[in-house]
Amino acid sequence: MTAAIELRRLEKSFGEVSIIRNISLSVAQGERHALIGPNGAGKSTTFNLISGYMAPTSGNVLLRGEVISGLPPYQINRRGLSRSFQVTNVFANMSVWENLRCAVLWSTGQRYAFWKNIDNLPDVRDRTAQILTDINLTARRDVPAGLLTYAEQRALEIGITVAGGADVILLDEPTAGMSRAETERAVALIRRLTEGRTLLIVEHDMSVVFGLADRISVLVYGQIIASGTPEEIRGNPKVREAYLGEEAA
Amino acid sequence: MSEITVSAAPPLPAAAEKFKFYGLWLAAAIVLLLLPRIFGSGGSLTTFSLIGISIIFSLSYNILLGQTGMLSFGHAVYYGLGGFLVIHAINILSANKLPIPLPVVPLIGGLTGLAFAALLGWVSTQRSGTAFAMISLGVAELIASSALILRTFFGGEAGISANRTKLLKLFGWNFGPQIQIYYLVAAWTLIAVIAMYALTRTPLGRMCNAVRDNPERVQFVGYNPHVVRYLAFCFSGFFAGIAGALAAINFEIANSAYLGAVQSGTVLFATYIGGIGFFIGPIVGAIFVTFLSLGLSDLTQVWQLYFGLIFIAVVLFAPGGITGLLMMHRPLLKAGTLSRMLPSYAIALLPTLAMIAGGILSLETIVHYTVNPGDDSHIKAFGVSFDAASPYIWAMAAILLIGGYLVARKTWTWVGHAWDDATSVAREKGIAP
Repeated sequence: MTAAIELRRLEKSFGEVSIIRNISLSVAQGERHALIGPNGAGKSTTFNLISGYMAPTSGNVLLRGEVISGLPPYQINRRGLSRSFQVTNVFANMSVWENLRCAVLWSTGQRYAFWKNIDNLPDVRDRTAQILTDINLTARRDVPAGLLTYAEQRALEIGITVAGGADVILLDEPTAGMSRAETERAVALIRRLTEGRTLLIVEHDMSVVFGLADRISVLVYGQIIASGTPEEIRGNPKVREAYLGEEAA
Repeated sequence: MSEITVSAAPPLPAAAEKFKFYGLWLAAAIVLLLLPRIFGSGGSLTTFSLIGISIIFSLSYNILLGQTGMLSFGHAVYYGLGGFLVIHAINILSANKLPIPLPVVPLIGGLTGLAFAALLGWVSTQRSGTAFAMISLGVAELIASSALILRTFFGGEAGISANRTKLLKLFGWNFGPQIQIYYLVAAWTLIAVIAMYALTRTPLGRMCNAVRDNPERVQFVGYNPHVVRYLAFCFSGFFAGIAGALAAINFEIANSAYLGAVQSGTVLFATYIGGIGFFIGPIVGAIFVTFLSLGLSDLTQVWQLYFGLIFIAVVLFAPGGITGLLMMHRPLLKAGTLSRMLPSYAIALLPTLAMIAGGILSLETIVHYTVNPGDDSHIKAFGVSFDAASPYIWAMAAILLIGGYLVARKTWTWVGHAWDDATSVAREKGIAP
């Protein structure tokens, strides 16, 4: 079976500074894969390279066996890869409903239609309502996204990411800044929404990582130093030294 | 689809709401039909025609500014080119006796605006923000200066003219009298307003809002923000072209002023003063600014100065425009606390007006001494005669301005308190956010 995402000898440098140094990684379809590592290791840059936000200096990104590196983000998204952002990135002046609806439009084939009444598209309406219910924001449907609480905005962020029905989902620190209870709710939400899809997640909260991931990769200074099941990673001496050890100490 | 998720969607408009919605457009049509019965003079018909043209132009501008978040300094290009092409079209049609009546001709202006927007817009819509604004300014200067150089097409300083009455007659109308032009403009205004409103309620219209709010995120839900901006630009050019065509038909002339920076600036003023956040904002702005420019120019020599001051005041104190100010009061009206605001408004009105009067008096005196120092010092502004050389007038201006400001500042604080009071009650009732 072809991997959902495959990174082949991926490198990214800004001038002289090398951020990603020769990463190779394969995420199987349906797998929940976590990317961990200290601050500045290049986790968000890796996401930016996969999602088309940046082009790699060398190497390739493959989505289901097809090279996608170098494509603009919207084309990668149309091929079924969707990402969220570390810093909440929603349509602040638009209501929750409008936010989700915009995220649904392309996948229902509306394209740039200017001859259809948006309220007259049952398909769009049903899918938007479905996502709205999934992320538990029905009570906040008509509130502008900019006025939501932080946790609600994070939920909306995930909702927008999965709304288009992409089967490969990239989540960048979805629980950052959340309380314990909020984190638990967010993890349950992520588990439910990514059922049957491929998930690549960057996360700092180790309880989230070890609870959610099928496999984990550890990124340090732009290189993957270990990749394996949670047990393998927990027992890996290199990982303990470079990363987990800091927390254990 | 389960029951729960279906009920999560906003309710579809009930029959009564739909009836109200279509009734609104019908009412607008009836008002446009009846207006000339009430105000039938030539002057008011011309004013109404100008307002109609300005409404189409301002709404077309708001497709860019309010809906897609693109600040253009050169929107008059598409208005002007629409106007020029229509004058040429009328001349060609009447010379060749082609069977096309005048009411169809604005479409030629629209298609001209669309063609030029499609041609010039691809590059400028790559970016929004400063890059787009600068390119729009550059393109505007380019076209405006070509208008003076390419004399065969643009007619140089004098412009080009046409006789609108020489086209195919429709139902015996030759469109000579202003009343017939009024009905032509009114019909096109209604059509254009409905079309532009409908555009906001399409997938493209909603993605325009998304691009305005966050072009980066749009890329990650499958849309190319450049294409969204480009399409918005093309629509905007189309409706601007229709407005320019109607202006050319109204005046039977097109000249370089149609394309110029003043025209581009005026539409920005009108749209912003009306309020870019609401669909009806530009309509309110177009009506207000047209009346203001026609009215103020009779009342004072330096009307453009007042125009600028009003614009600055709106940008600073009411960024939502006139419509934004009115809409702020809606939650209070619903909560029934609007009446709490009225006393403080009434108290604030007098010193504020005194301050404005003092300001006007000072301005007009300064204008007298700087612009026409040799003239008689007995001047007239806003219908009031006074002696600009009199120290009493100077003292009065100073007292009104400074005293008015000091008192008004206090009353504005009261207005602020009353406002907090009234909105907190509305919030308790769950009406205000």
